[in-house]
Amino acid sequence: MSEERSPCERSSGVRLAKKVLPKSIYDEMMQKLRAADITSPRECSEVAEEVVRRYVQSMAEPGEPVGTVAAQSIGEPGTQMTLRTFHYAGLMEFDVTLGLPRLIEIVDAKREPSTPIMEIYLDEEHRYSEEKAREVARKIEYTTLEKVMSSIEYTLGEREIVIRLDPEMLEDKGVRAEDVLDVISKGNIGEAKLEGHVIRLTLSRELLPEESLYDFGAYKAAETKLRKLYLKGIKGINRTSIRVAEEKVVEGKVVREYFIITEGSNLAEVLEVEGVDHTRTITNNVFEIMEVLGIEAARNAIIEEIMHVLQDAGLDVDIRHVMLVADVITWNGTIRQIGRLGVAGEKPSALARAAFEVTVNQLYEAAARGEEESLRGVTESIIAGLPPRVGTGQVVVSVEIRRGGGGGSGANR
Amino acid sequence: MSERVREAYVIERIKFGLLSPQEIRKMAKVNVIRSEIYEADGSPVMGGLRDPHFGAIEPGERCPVCGNTREECPGHFGRIELARPVILPHLGGVIHSVLQATCRRCGKLRLPNDRIAYLQRIYVRLKDKWPTLAEIMVKTVVKEASAVKECPHCGELQFEVKYTRPIFFNEVRPEGEVRLSPAEIRDRLERVPNEHALLLGIDPEKARPEWMVLTVLPVPPLSVRPSITLETGLRAEDDLTHALAEIVRQNDKLKSLLSASAPEGMVEDTWITLQHVISSYLDNELPNTYQLSHRGRRPLKTLAQRLKGKEGRFRGNLSGKRVNFSARTVISPDPYISVNEVGVPKDVAMTLTVQMVVTPYNIEEARKFVENGPYKWPGAVLLYKAKTDRKIDLRYQKNYKQLAEQLEPGDIIERHLMDGDIVLFNRQPTLHRMSIMGHVVKVMPGKTFRINLLVCPPYNADFDGDEMNLHVLRLEEAQSEARELLLVEKNILTPRYGGPIIGGRQDYISGAYILTIKTELYTEEEASRLLARAGAPVELPEPAILRPRPLWTGKQLVSLFFPPDLDFVGKSKVNTGALKCDNENCLNDSYIVVRGGKLLAGVLDKNAIGAEQPNNLLHIIALEYGESKARELLDTFFRMFIRALELKGLTIAYQNIEIGEEARREIDRLVQEARKEVEELIKRYEEGSLEPIPGRTLEESLELMIIERLQRLRSSAGEVAIKSLDPFSDVFIMAKTGARGSDVNITQMASMLGQQIVRGKRLTRGFRTRTLSHFPEGDKSPEARGFIKGNFRDGLRPTEMFFHAVAGREGLIDTAVKTSQSGYMQRRLINALQDLAVSYDGTVRDSWGNVIQLKYGEDGVDPSRTYHGKAVDIDRIISKVKARRAMVSE
Repeated sequence: MSEERSPCERSSGVRLAKKVLPKSIYDEMMQKLRAADITSPRECSEVAEEVVRRYVQSMAEPGEPVGTVAAQSIGEPGTQMTLRTFHYAGLMEFDVTLGLPRLIEIVDAKREPSTPIMEIYLDEEHRYSEEKAREVARKIEYTTLEKVMSSIEYTLGEREIVIRLDPEMLEDKGVRAEDVLDVISKGNIGEAKLEGHVIRLTLSRELLPEESLYDFGAYKAAETKLRKLYLKGIKGINRTSIRVAEEKVVEGKVVREYFIITEGSNLAEVLEVEGVDHTRTITNNVFEIMEVLGIEAARNAIIEEIMHVLQDAGLDVDIRHVMLVADVITWNGTIRQIGRLGVAGEKPSALARAAFEVTVNQLYEAAARGEEESLRGVTESIIAGLPPRVGTGQVVVSVEIRRGGGGGSGANR
Repeated sequence: MSERVREAYVIERIKFGLLSPQEIRKMAKVNVIRSEIYEADGSPVMGGLRDPHFGAIEPGERCPVCGNTREECPGHFGRIELARPVILPHLGGVIHSVLQATCRRCGKLRLPNDRIAYLQRIYVRLKDKWPTLAEIMVKTVVKEASAVKECPHCGELQFEVKYTRPIFFNEVRPEGEVRLSPAEIRDRLERVPNEHALLLGIDPEKARPEWMVLTVLPVPPLSVRPSITLETGLRAEDDLTHALAEIVRQNDKLKSLLSASAPEGMVEDTWITLQHVISSYLDNELPNTYQLSHRGRRPLKTLAQRLKGKEGRFRGNLSGKRVNFSARTVISPDPYISVNEVGVPKDVAMTLTVQMVVTPYNIEEARKFVENGPYKWPGAVLLYKAKTDRKIDLRYQKNYKQLAEQLEPGDIIERHLMDGDIVLFNRQPTLHRMSIMGHVVKVMPGKTFRINLLVCPPYNADFDGDEMNLHVLRLEEAQSEARELLLVEKNILTPRYGGPIIGGRQDYISGAYILTIKTELYTEEEASRLLARAGAPVELPEPAILRPRPLWTGKQLVSLFFPPDLDFVGKSKVNTGALKCDNENCLNDSYIVVRGGKLLAGVLDKNAIGAEQPNNLLHIIALEYGESKARELLDTFFRMFIRALELKGLTIAYQNIEIGEEARREIDRLVQEARKEVEELIKRYEEGSLEPIPGRTLEESLELMIIERLQRLRSSAGEVAIKSLDPFSDVFIMAKTGARGSDVNITQMASMLGQQIVRGKRLTRGFRTRTLSHFPEGDKSPEARGFIKGNFRDGLRPTEMFFHAVAGREGLIDTAVKTSQSGYMQRRLINALQDLAVSYDGTVRDSWGNVIQLKYGEDGVDPSRTYHGKAVDIDRIISKVKARRAMVSE
């Protein structure tokens, strides 16, 4: 689509701006120019040139130790964060780890968050009705027999176990009593009969041999097995709840968009459930995101998670710092921990590793490997008494020393 | 060390490796054969651990090896010839993988030759480019080779070797497990060919596998393990010497057993003991190893313990070093010095010195310093004569005058710290770069460092006894770098969020408010006093009110300091509730409008001049008019705010928080209402008719509901109280302007403290079924579970006071835990990120040149130069252009 370029766009300043500015700033500028009704090439140019000037002035200078600054910017407010687990968004259903513990969890690259949570958005068909959303939720929630029964009874010496189903829970989870019977019958447990909402189950001899007919432990084991009997849903999703994502008025009618929030996470399988909008559904388990959607997605997820934690604590940290941390974590294509078992442990310098943690072992291993230390990093430079190669230490000024001429600081390296 | 730097040794590279027995023997100047240290006459035993050949350490002693005195002698190693080989415990893992992966007879890697050749080709390439991958490859090679049960080279059958940390290796032979002796292990390791060792992650050039089993032990020089003489005249040896003596003893014992051809078992036992002793000498905290100790008490600090941990050699002496030319003392406030300055006590200034090279241009000045001597400020403490290459310590001289006259260009003096010198100032914990900033020295009487109050936020300092450190910069290069980059004014804007971290707090904010509100007008005298305090050469403008007498508004006075073309709009902090303002034409005076450098409307408060408030007045000025302009404001008109408070007064009184009878009754009513509702909840819970929250137990649900209800009570009770209080009282001014305190604090003082929470729950612990013995067992009522109806004004009841203390303690514990956790997290973050810097091509790279980001932050923008994260404020630019258009058309 070739759009006719306006006089404003053709002005020299705007053309320069298009070359220099990042797209987001350029777009914002053009949109604001239009909104402010500035159209003359001279004024457009004037604005654009000023924007470019300010942008270039705001660029980071070479040598800027952005790593240290990022680490400090995230670490410094750490003391101001909470230590406790809070209730999610004022509702009392879920606990979510936030604050310092969650931040540590992320930089630690823990495989499982201590409170895994998913936000499952739904496709066009299911998202506007609570009933349809619940339908999807039922497919997702991991349901065991335990969740739909009200009691389980047995008498020692008798083979029969009586399971009373809870009609309300059956309804809630979208399971029919017949389905339960089906699963039990197929489960190689024994003969089962359904009477209303009561299942009478005669245990098989494999499960309960004749000789342990009076063994309480054997009954208990059978009960546990029954309780954990899988009926439907996705492994890892322990609980679901329907929430309203957005409420808007369309043609005088209130339209609500629903989404599902879950305790527990299993991105790979949830994405395959029908009715799930796979473009917006998200989990707070960064590893799952990496496995399912790739490392770039994991990087974004890490940024989102850290920003969320910081914002929730009311802490103001520039996103650039968080991006740098996420980039370091994901840099080699996997999620690496910030610490001994990850980034810090994989440094090429033995001295840097030794100065961090497990000093002695690092030295022995370096010796066996015959490593060579080139003293490039910051820690190593400090150890050897050299100026570190960041900031002003990155620059080496050589001065040609002429007879009679002034001296000056010579080249360091 | 001055000009007479001995020689600039610069470390270029360090090679890590193991010492070969030959090398150890070559460098050893002593063969240690005796465990005694001193002869009966007190002289060191030759061939003992204090043999003079270990190097000179006594004053005046000449080293018999190199002939140097202790200053020059580097110290010399010795050796202990071990009767039997001993395994290096820390390399047990490596030894194990070699034993598992190589043939027990021919020592070759248990893989076919062509496979080995193939792997070698990959490994060589990998090692240069991806060392981490090479490491992983080593692991897979070891795994692959260990799985082979028959040597492809000699056909020997292979057995599994089990490793028990730290020193035992057992081979699982068909006839049973057999312990491999270090001698046998060494034999096997010797047979491993160089090329094969390489594939096992061992560089045979620097660390032949068999060197991992010691046959001769190096003994470090005496300078590494100096002995100390106690006051009693007794000599106490270093821990290392004790450990070494034990090694010599065990080694002797083993030797004599061997020469007496003692039974196998005894030899074996002593051999193992020798193993243990040597292991402990290397690391006294190994698992399954006897700790060496001082007569069975304090464990010895051996080699590993010297290196390890926070106070170890690495973290304590190499990464962090002690420095000279530094000072530390208590800080106190001084609003009259510049934010760029630091007040330095005279005593400190006379101790810390700066080098000054005497030239024809400064010789007169230098003479003055020398003449004053070390005890009169500004003086000099040391004089270095270039001609004679001689140092003169002025403390031991009397003829200052004469020395001053003899001064000539080229001499160097160490002069006292003086006004105008730049120093680094630091407060721990050093959490961000603004914790160390450059300050300009101002020498003052007194014993404390003085700082301007406005730099408290970046240091997070207060004056309840805080101490700070000061470091003198001694090189011109360092000084100019500090002036350009570290000076306080260069750090007004923080990179954390792109905003000013320096700014007003507390009284500055309430002062700014008092000064700029509409209701306060100033007479000529008052206005003059205010401006005098600011200390800037400004003239009083036309008064805002002429009759009955000339009066000035605070806004007029403030405007005198703004750049003449400053435009700014923004909301005040007080812009809430009844004072809400949404546009420039609002009469509530809570919408700040600055046009052409004049404050037209709006009061200045936290949002305009406060610290850590992005996009406030100070931020805009610092960004658009430069940091030095911002500093100028900090040093001038901020002082007016304090002066305004002195003129008008600001205090807190009992009446400010005293609520009327009506409000009291209303609060009582609210409490009754809530109590009834809670009782109702409890009743329903007991009856079982309470509907639980999904996913929660009934009891949890009840607790959550009660907490929610009681928290609602607190906020409504707070509202009632606040509504009944005078909104123009000083307490409210402080809270509303953001100077100190908030509605919560006012509620706590005037209304009630409300429900106390511990671990997200109401108080539960204490006695078995109740919090205190004052309550019936199992009582779930608010009072019994930490609800406090009282407030700070009326005081608390004893039980309430106790509950408040319980909840308060949780806060204290939290803080303690948090500081350690977040400190460790920050250490790890710094360690992982410290090598990253922006390169000249705009990429972010580490020290090895790896690109981490193609463009820093995706747009290359330095957050500290942004408007709260935004690189450019396009709206401001557009409105400027529009304003210009309006002017032209007029």
